[in-house]
Amino acid sequence: MTQHELNPNGWIKNYSDYLFNYTIVRVDDREIAKDLVQEAFFAGLRSMKNFKGEASERTWLISILKRKIIDHYRKINSNKGKAEVRMNYNADNESDGDWLEERVADPYASNAETVIENSELGLAIHDCLSTLPEKQAIIFKMKTIDNFDTETICNEFNITSSNLWVIVHRARTAMANCMKKNWF
Amino acid sequence: MKNDYNVFIPCDTAQHTCDKTQYDEASIWEKVKLSIHLIHCKACQTYTKNNHKLTKLMNENKENNLKIDERESLEALFRKELSRNDS
Repeated sequence: MTQHELNPNGWIKNYSDYLFNYTIVRVDDREIAKDLVQEAFFAGLRSMKNFKGEASERTWLISILKRKIIDHYRKINSNKGKAEVRMNYNADNESDGDWLEERVADPYASNAETVIENSELGLAIHDCLSTLPEKQAIIFKMKTIDNFDTETICNEFNITSSNLWVIVHRARTAMANCMKKNWF
Repeated sequence: MKNDYNVFIPCDTAQHTCDKTQYDEASIWEKVKLSIHLIHCKACQTYTKNNHKLTKLMNENKENNLKIDERESLEALFRKELSRNDS
């Protein structure tokens, strides 16, 4: 079995987007998602000595993050939170009977299926990105996700705009093929 | 310069223009030439279709990615914690 090693110096570069993607679709709040990802990285640093090398770095970080997300749910589902919900529904007597209607699922609201689908999409994109050569992946991300203009990327990597478009073309072809296999 | 006025373009140029179109960086003239090419080229039609699908998926997921400044501030906090852990 392959023994995996931890390299915290590359964690932000390699996994922050993946972890954030994983979190945001589960907690649906940008600030909370950022905090949870940060907590997961910090907890990872503190428990590095417990890493046995059986799982990949990313799998190990995801397992830490999952625990952080569960803790978050536990916190918001505390007795205080539940009491607030009950009070809202009991206090207003004039709206008796309305509560059931209000609780019927809104077909246009984000439902569990959509959440799971979006989560899978984000993870599928990051899985495909991880199969690209490093430079290609960085340039594709800068151009497509971070919206850097062509000139900035060319200056950063000291390449011509023709070089850039060749790299983007290769990345897009590989990404489309990969997504076709996993998603389309 | 002479080539610029030729409405018939090879597949690699068509695909290159198609890529630029995904980022709104193709000129109108380039788009016209791509459209003419797509009338008769099945391979580039498929490429264009997949390219559009990829752009759509990337855009659908855009909000679920960290913004540059968010990643930078996370990196700064992490570096601080990492150096504290090392010492």
